[in-house]
Amino acid sequence: MIRRFWNVALPVALVVALAFVPQISVDIPKLFNGPIDSPGTLQLLATCLVFAGLALTYDLLFGYTGLLSFGHALYFAVGVYLPAIAMTKWGWGFWESLAITAAFGLALPFVLGAVSLRVTGIAFAMVTLAFAQVGAVLAIKNPHGWTGGEEGFGTDFEKLPAALVGVFNTKHLYWLALGYAAAVFLIVRWAVESSPGRVWQAIRENELRVEVLGLRPHSFKLMAFVLSSFLATAGGAVYLLTSLTGPSPSVTSPNITLTLLIMVVLGGAGTRWGAVIGGVLYKYFENRLGAIGDSPTVHDLPGILRTPLSEPLFLLGTLFILLVFFLPGGVARLSLRGRRAGLRRFEQALASQTTPVGGGIEKAT
Amino acid sequence: MSALPAVQPSRPLLSVVDLHVYLGQSHVLQGVSFDVADGGVTALLGRNGVGKTTTIRAILGLVGRQGRIVYGGDEIQSLATHKIARREIGYVPEDRDVFAGLTVDENLKLAERDAEPRYDLVYELFPELRERGKQRTGTLSGGQQQMLAIARALLNDNRLLLVDEPTKGLAPRLVTEVARVLERVAELATILLVEQNLGVVRKLARDAVVLDQGRVVHAGSAPAFLGQPELVRRLLSVSVA
Amino acid sequence: MSTFVLLTITGFGLAAMYFLIASGLSLIYGLMGVLNFAHGLFLTVGAYSTWWFGTHLTGLGNVTVRYLVSALIGLCVGALFATLVELLLIRPLYRRHIEQVLVTVGLGLAGTALVQAIWGQDSRPFVTPKWMNETTTVLGAHVPNDRWVEIGAAAAVLVGLETFLRRTRYGLIVRAGVENRAMVTALGIDVRRAFTLVFAIGGVAAALAGALSNVYFGSVTPERGTSLLIFAFIVVVIGGLGSITGSALAALLVGVTQQYANYYGATSLHLGSSIGDITVILLLGLILLVRPQGLSGRLA
Repeated sequence: MIRRFWNVALPVALVVALAFVPQISVDIPKLFNGPIDSPGTLQLLATCLVFAGLALTYDLLFGYTGLLSFGHALYFAVGVYLPAIAMTKWGWGFWESLAITAAFGLALPFVLGAVSLRVTGIAFAMVTLAFAQVGAVLAIKNPHGWTGGEEGFGTDFEKLPAALVGVFNTKHLYWLALGYAAAVFLIVRWAVESSPGRVWQAIRENELRVEVLGLRPHSFKLMAFVLSSFLATAGGAVYLLTSLTGPSPSVTSPNITLTLLIMVVLGGAGTRWGAVIGGVLYKYFENRLGAIGDSPTVHDLPGILRTPLSEPLFLLGTLFILLVFFLPGGVARLSLRGRRAGLRRFEQALASQTTPVGGGIEKAT
Repeated sequence: MSALPAVQPSRPLLSVVDLHVYLGQSHVLQGVSFDVADGGVTALLGRNGVGKTTTIRAILGLVGRQGRIVYGGDEIQSLATHKIARREIGYVPEDRDVFAGLTVDENLKLAERDAEPRYDLVYELFPELRERGKQRTGTLSGGQQQMLAIARALLNDNRLLLVDEPTKGLAPRLVTEVARVLERVAELATILLVEQNLGVVRKLARDAVVLDQGRVVHAGSAPAFLGQPELVRRLLSVSVA
Repeated sequence: MSTFVLLTITGFGLAAMYFLIASGLSLIYGLMGVLNFAHGLFLTVGAYSTWWFGTHLTGLGNVTVRYLVSALIGLCVGALFATLVELLLIRPLYRRHIEQVLVTVGLGLAGTALVQAIWGQDSRPFVTPKWMNETTTVLGAHVPNDRWVEIGAAAAVLVGLETFLRRTRYGLIVRAGVENRAMVTALGIDVRRAFTLVFAIGGVAAALAGALSNVYFGSVTPERGTSLLIFAFIVVVIGGLGSITGSALAALLVGVTQQYANYYGATSLHLGSSIGDITVILLLGLILLVRPQGLSGRLA
């Protein structure tokens, strides 16, 4: 009973507390560059929140259902590009653009998912990567001048509601991001604890057993895939609005999907708070580690130490390696037993038909 | 077969002490303990799915396990699998696990460990393997693959052979052949034999260890055990002919 | 006619590079069960070593000799790097496949970032021996000479790998291990040495691809390892994990298809030159849907 209370009370309290952030003018020196209600800091927090939500969508796919996708960035990119294209290149209004994005965000994963899910394991990962690469190539090829090629393009700000434009309204963007993260958290929580959600977790553990029980794993997997991708598309739209710049091909990169994977593993795959923690921590460090490079202590170091320390991705990659060695279950699973349990997700996702005979697979009896 | 008493006064070759194995969520072995006497054949019996193969694999360290395994007086449970195998233990797996993409010769060559592998013995027992040396193992029949799997374990002068269901899926004529080979082999090495075919067990085994529900429920002389049809039926769900 | 010849041969040239990367990836995954996301970094290490030594060995007057020597050094650096990676990062995580893969992800990220930090994000021009930029005429087609070098190198590696696999004891261990790693250990063989060896081989082949890609593209850049890695993954999956001949066939299929599609896409069909990349990707999707284990892979 107490547990149920905390399960509900804690997230609610957190959201409420976070909602008040733009009203508080407080300086947290080492952590942020300015007071936490300054546009710069709110911008950073908004990005952290958007990626917390995105990490959750990836966790739904990978951590709960055991589907290792290398192409999740595609759906995120659709959410970033499509509203911008509709408003700027086709001259549509704001709400119509969102509507078409929502429709496409449901239809595309349904079609691509139905195709990709015909295979499993590594093959599935590769097919998802392949589809995402098609998207990446299209973004750069700039068909009909819609996607703006390598540079991307700027969104037509006239089309956006006034409340979302302008530096003074950064707090609105922050609340939008907070709303998104909270909504994704709620939806994922609800979905995972529903009956289809239990089937997803069963599929992750042992797909064969699910089939034997008379259920068709394919439809359940497709359900998880569509939901996860749709929420990612929504995240893309929120990102477009909060990032102030227009879309660019960087959002289609496989690095984005890998980043989400890292966030999920860092935080703890398949746990309540894991993805959120991972998303926030990663984005925060990615932003702030650049500042370490500019700090006086590092500046005075000899070149051979200064160069790597000034490169955020190097620090993140190294941190990640250390994490894998010492904290494989992710931050959310600091207990000893939880550690090994967390990584079984990945093992199950990889170990399907394309695994060599006998290698590492335990047989009973 | 032999009228030797089940309990030998000398030290057992292999002792398994309080073995626990978890496969996924299931606690497959819940404290298995038994001895394998030096010389002769000890049969490991039990119903389907009770954990016989898991026990064999646990001895070799192919599955994670807790417990003690004492072999030739040394504790080997913390050694890596290849080190355990190098202590003169041969393994004939349940699914044979011969390498389909390699030729028969290559399968044997891979298994060589000693300075002088016993090819004469192997070809004497299995002349077909010499003829089919260059043939891809994947194209051999089930029976031939079984012969290769056994030959592989005989190539080296092993003290202990772990043999898991060697007659599974074989035609009766081949079952007899395998039993004949194992009888010959039992003169050269100690065998821990997992076998469902009680006829083969009756012919070969001196001792019997019976598993049920993850534990040892009976250990003693094999002929004595097989001479109690009620007990056999209760523990193995099989009628003794 | 000359167009076909040119497209086919240059397609082979591209296939050669894919094969060099894919062969190592395929062996590593087939034997160890590790998806090596740091493989692109091996290529980058080879590419940058070759370039760096090339610019610093000014004592060697002849450009071709300088290239050969610096490429050779690049191969050694690649082998050493890959070996260290295996011993320090992969071996300690023995039997923990997930963690091994994740470590390669982190390494790929950190390593590429480090290279970018040291030498910058932009591509640097690469000084190529003059004769490689000239062309040889075959059946009316003017084939750039560097393609012959790439094809020759890949063919040599293919022969070398097959010889290693079929005629040496470690090759035997690798072939058996790809089928059934557990059984190999049950035979008393320490597979971990084979693991290190396979990583080193992968490192050398990728480094060679790196040295060659400097010539093929005429420049050295930190991003190339990652972008070629994606195509290498596609080749490995199409060809069947763990199969060298499969990788070779798949590399040919992918390389030639890409060349033809890019050319006809740009000229006749007005679809732009990146249609080749898209075609290859769709090819992967198609093959996987029909035959999930790839051209010569085996299902468990």
